[in-house]
Amino acid sequence: MESMLHITTLHYLVLGAALFLLGVIGVLTRRNVVIVLMSIELILNAVNLNLVAFSRMWGGLHGQVFAIFVITDAAAEAAVGLGILIAFFRNKETVNIDEVNLLKW
Amino acid sequence: MHEIIQYISSYLTSDKTPGAAGNMFWVLVYIMLVFAGLSVAVIAMNWLERKILAHMQVRLGPMRVGPHGLLQPIADAIKLLLKEDIVPSEADGFVFWMAPLIVVLAAFTVFVVVPFGPTHAITDMNIGILFMLGVSSLSVLGIVMAGWASNSHYPLMGALRSSAQMVSYEIAMGLAVVSAVMMTSLNASGTGTLSMIGIVQAQQAQGMWFIFKFFPLGLIAFFIFAVAMVAETNRAPFDLAEAESELTAGFHTEYSGFRWSLFFLAEYSAMIAVSSIAVTLWLGGWLRPFPNFLNGAPWDQAFCFIPGITFLFLAAMCFYNTMRMPKHPLFRVQTIGLAGFGVVLGLIGLVLFVPAVSVRVQDIFWFSTKVAGFMYVYIWFRGTFPRYRFDQLMQLGWKVLLPMGLGVLILTATVGLWPLIQQTIWHP
Amino acid sequence: MLIGGILVITRKNPVHSALALIVALLAQASIYLMLYAPFVAGVQIILYAGGIMVLFLFVIMLVNVERSMKERQFNSQWVVGIIAATALGGLFIAVYTKGNNIFPNHALRMTTGEAPNTQGVAIMLYGQYMFAFEIASLLLLVAIIGAVVMAKKRI
Repeated sequence: MESMLHITTLHYLVLGAALFLLGVIGVLTRRNVVIVLMSIELILNAVNLNLVAFSRMWGGLHGQVFAIFVITDAAAEAAVGLGILIAFFRNKETVNIDEVNLLKW
Repeated sequence: MHEIIQYISSYLTSDKTPGAAGNMFWVLVYIMLVFAGLSVAVIAMNWLERKILAHMQVRLGPMRVGPHGLLQPIADAIKLLLKEDIVPSEADGFVFWMAPLIVVLAAFTVFVVVPFGPTHAITDMNIGILFMLGVSSLSVLGIVMAGWASNSHYPLMGALRSSAQMVSYEIAMGLAVVSAVMMTSLNASGTGTLSMIGIVQAQQAQGMWFIFKFFPLGLIAFFIFAVAMVAETNRAPFDLAEAESELTAGFHTEYSGFRWSLFFLAEYSAMIAVSSIAVTLWLGGWLRPFPNFLNGAPWDQAFCFIPGITFLFLAAMCFYNTMRMPKHPLFRVQTIGLAGFGVVLGLIGLVLFVPAVSVRVQDIFWFSTKVAGFMYVYIWFRGTFPRYRFDQLMQLGWKVLLPMGLGVLILTATVGLWPLIQQTIWHP
Repeated sequence: MLIGGILVITRKNPVHSALALIVALLAQASIYLMLYAPFVAGVQIILYAGGIMVLFLFVIMLVNVERSMKERQFNSQWVVGIIAATALGGLFIAVYTKGNNIFPNHALRMTTGEAPNTQGVAIMLYGQYMFAFEIASLLLLVAIIGAVVMAKKRI
């Protein structure tokens, strides 16, 4: 019973991996571009969780600093991604990824 | 019985907030007290706003419901509760229901770290000010959801405008907050703190409220924060999003009855919350005026009398107005009501003269007085300034307040580190 | 948090997905608090839940939602997607079971105390990682200009 309640690093890593998998499924299977972008945010969050869990395990703060950089990065990428989405939507009137096929033969 | 008294006195002599001491029972008591106090404050704000606005516009305001309209907020609350709850048919049910909930939650959760005294806070987080800024930025989400879920274009426009305004002024607020937090690090060990209680204690240790520090930098930072906080809570003169003549009440057009009262509650609570931030960061929190300049026991004693004197003054005003009531049998109930209210206030004032109570109440009283002053300034702004157009509003936020905030930040850092810079430049 | 994540990828209405993501982000912030990282939790709430999600909600409102809700939700390649994700999951499980011994003791070690967490992060951010900090600010500047250029009507 005591070893069951002890939350180890492994638990956090498994949670991070599960979130990562959910994000990957979201990116690969959804058609709506906005939901794909949100799944990318889920992936980045899973990575952050891993980083902070390891930083706690080893006792240093490097993981947390890197997690702050990842959050900043995610903000920048979300902004640019949504800008591209708006520019594309203005031309094509749809948010379907399947129809982003202007380069198709 | 003896155990209860011992338990209470063991709490009263501790020097940590209940959250830090891990004391769940007192945490719950404090949460109840803060919740009740907030509700009373919002009700009082409703009455005060209508009366003060009216007097500024040379009219009388509500006079009929109770003596001098004192029961008007209660009448408003009963009306709102009994109104029919209209949900638009095309509206998204879940989002429509969640939106006022999120705004209210965000507005009330902020009060977890507000310090009413050195040990009178629900808890004292190490990242207190960061937590407050973060949670108050969650209310933007609620407003966007409210506007979208109503499924009609007036609320949508109002919500988009309102959230754009709130996000823009959050940045100016953050810069002003950072420049005040930097001033906490000017102590002996060179480390500052983000915790709210720590910030007030830094002001106490440095002997000066941060608004007067490095004159005029503290004042400019305070001014930036004051303007940004009025814009953040969508109050006049920045209330384009909810102005009646512009957008038919903006994002809460489709909400009626109890849901609208939740938005109203959240707006006033947010006002009190950001005023608490301003009071803690610049005006010295719970410290009485001149904590270090006029220090010493006799001055402490003299300042101890002020809470009692305030309440006795309010009771005297009640009695004076009782005298001036028209002597007509129809007004008898109101006259008796006003006299009763005056008696209650007088009793509270007399209780506050008892030394044991007065010493405990000092911190809370000074904090509440300063926040009440801010509330008066809010109402004053509403009665005085014309409304900003939306592009003027955004221009003010991005082109005026943001550079000013950056400038204040850099100058505060430079002036604060001046000895170190001097040392580095002139004695390399 | 897992429920939030599952709701993100399965809801038809993008606004519901955004709300589920907000729930997941707030849950993430509380997990950071459990991991003794209060500063990262505060930054997560301010930036992610209070900033990025507002941006997402704006864009969802600008983009026409009704039409996309009536179309098919899932891709034509969803089978391959699920198979790929399962393979990835299998890889993760393999890594975690094989590499179980490299975690010296499974208990979590304390960091340098709770009070100076913000200080420690700040010392590291402005000391050791100063270069990365400047590069991150430059990246944000580029992102701002890029987003403005992307969304303008005429360049």
